[in-house]
Amino acid sequence: MAFLELNGVVKRFGRAAVVDGFSLAVEEGEFVSFLGGSGCGKTTTLRMVAGFETPTEGSIRINGAEVTGVAPNRRGVGMVFQNYALFPNMTVRRNIEFGLKVAKWRPAEIRARVAEMLELIHMEELGERYPHQMSGGQQQRASLARALAVRPRVLLLDEPLSALDAKIRERLRTEIRAIQQQTGITTIYVTHDQEEALSLSDRIVVMQAGRIEQVGTPFEIYNHPATPFVASFIGNLNLLEAEVVDAARGLLAVDGQEVRAAGPVTAGGSRVKLALRPEMLALEDGILRANTLEGTLANIIFLGSIVRLVIRVGSHELFLDRFNAPHLALPGVGSRVSVGFAREACLVSEAEAPVELVGA
Amino acid sequence: MTLRRGWAWLWMVLGFLYFFIPLAATFIFSLHGQRGVLSFIAYRHVFADPQFLATFTFSLEMAVCTIVAGLCLIIPTVLWIHLRAPWAKPIVETFSLLPFVIPPIVLVFGLIRMYSAPPFNLVASRGLLVAGYVVLAFPYIYRSVDGGLRAIDLRGLTEAALSLGAGWGTIMFRVVLPNMRVALLSAAFLTFSIVIGELTLAVMLAWPAFGPYMALVGRDLAYEPAALAILSFLLTWGLIGLIQLASRGMAKASAIGGAH
Repeated sequence: MAFLELNGVVKRFGRAAVVDGFSLAVEEGEFVSFLGGSGCGKTTTLRMVAGFETPTEGSIRINGAEVTGVAPNRRGVGMVFQNYALFPNMTVRRNIEFGLKVAKWRPAEIRARVAEMLELIHMEELGERYPHQMSGGQQQRASLARALAVRPRVLLLDEPLSALDAKIRERLRTEIRAIQQQTGITTIYVTHDQEEALSLSDRIVVMQAGRIEQVGTPFEIYNHPATPFVASFIGNLNLLEAEVVDAARGLLAVDGQEVRAAGPVTAGGSRVKLALRPEMLALEDGILRANTLEGTLANIIFLGSIVRLVIRVGSHELFLDRFNAPHLALPGVGSRVSVGFAREACLVSEAEAPVELVGA
Repeated sequence: MTLRRGWAWLWMVLGFLYFFIPLAATFIFSLHGQRGVLSFIAYRHVFADPQFLATFTFSLEMAVCTIVAGLCLIIPTVLWIHLRAPWAKPIVETFSLLPFVIPPIVLVFGLIRMYSAPPFNLVASRGLLVAGYVVLAFPYIYRSVDGGLRAIDLRGLTEAALSLGAGWGTIMFRVVLPNMRVALLSAAFLTFSIVIGELTLAVMLAWPAFGPYMALVGRDLAYEPAALAILSFLLTWGLIGLIQLASRGMAKASAIGGAH
């Protein structure tokens, strides 16, 4: 039996279902992210686990016990909010103490626990600061310590990094994962940022319009997207229209050029969509690859660690990502180039609103 | 830029004159109690009258009761509206304007009519006076508290406290109220100034309050009412200053007390 279970959870506001038939089993100590665009129901689902919203249908269990109707202050579920929600009238220390005092811990235990928490978030020196005297990153760390201090059974994080700038976001991300692994706490993390979800999670739940699109490890979600939505939502994707030449042998044609997929094409019809990840493509450099497409280099976009080449193949524009290097020699814009990729890089789907993506 | 600044100064000076010329005139007039010299004799007369202190203390007590009763009534209501019943907001807002529309004299006749016969024979009770004052102060307290709650992230803070296991009592007294100090102070301040000078309710319900006393003195004497006006002005401001000091001290003390 899983530690946290959601069974057929539905939430309607009026007649609109914001969350529709959400079922998930989270193991103890697991880090699961809910990933999706705004309005996909990820935060509402999280708030139902916290007890701030009541499901219209379905049930939620923690450690085998039904909590669907239990008040939020009796659930033993800690929460970290996007805007920190630290108590402005209290210092960091008193914020962390708050839950412990409510739970009637003894003063000596409280002191020890607060010290432990301040050490965990590397803020031993800042215990006497008020929230308004700290940076956003410090406030969010304090808020994390406050939530963890009472040893909740489940930790919920609602877009905790969205209000922070990029550098801090990345550092805090690593810290959150480290703290989670150190404490072994079962964690649900809501985010719209795929990079966060991919780098943090044991498993990712991709949501759209209140429904689960796919549940899987970051590796599975990225490399074997179950639906076109997941494929296009996670990472960048080149989508090309292709004709089926020989379905059984996995033979396609893009702009008259032959492309061979790893397996037989199961998608019906004579036209399909061919999806290619930019980082799976390479400029032909003498190494023989299974597939090549001839095109014209239309643009070069410099992204720091990555250089993105825009290549025109017939009516399509292909993105090709490669790592930056100090002596990188690139062909000039306008020159003819050929793009190579492995058969396993081909993700083939039906041309019109396909459901099944046949991958490598 | 300079032109605009010039206008700003002009309006400020005009505003200042508008408020302080009458005050200064009253003060100067109050010093003319003795023919030919400026003296504080009118003030001495005021202080010599035992009625002065008695009525002022009475109104002070009523003001404190009104502040406590008003806050106890209105804070939970506004909290409830903010968190659970946003639909009730326009209704309560309309109610809060009624004391401006209905004159106090109508209110007090209503109260007397309603509560002067069994089963509610309450006209002789101070509670009825306080209840009347709470109605008069309702718009001011409501607006202050509403503004105070709007200024904090009420939902976020209550949810954070709930997720830490806190009950509603703890949330109110340790999280919400301490973060609304300024709003509560301004509510107390406005209520205080309304109650101290209130005339209609006190007269009609026959209480020896400060308002009726001032009116009485004003009718019978010349210089003493001016002295009284200045005194009550100073007393009110002095008390408000004290409240502010005390609450600041309290906030500090609790911060230190909690910090071990």
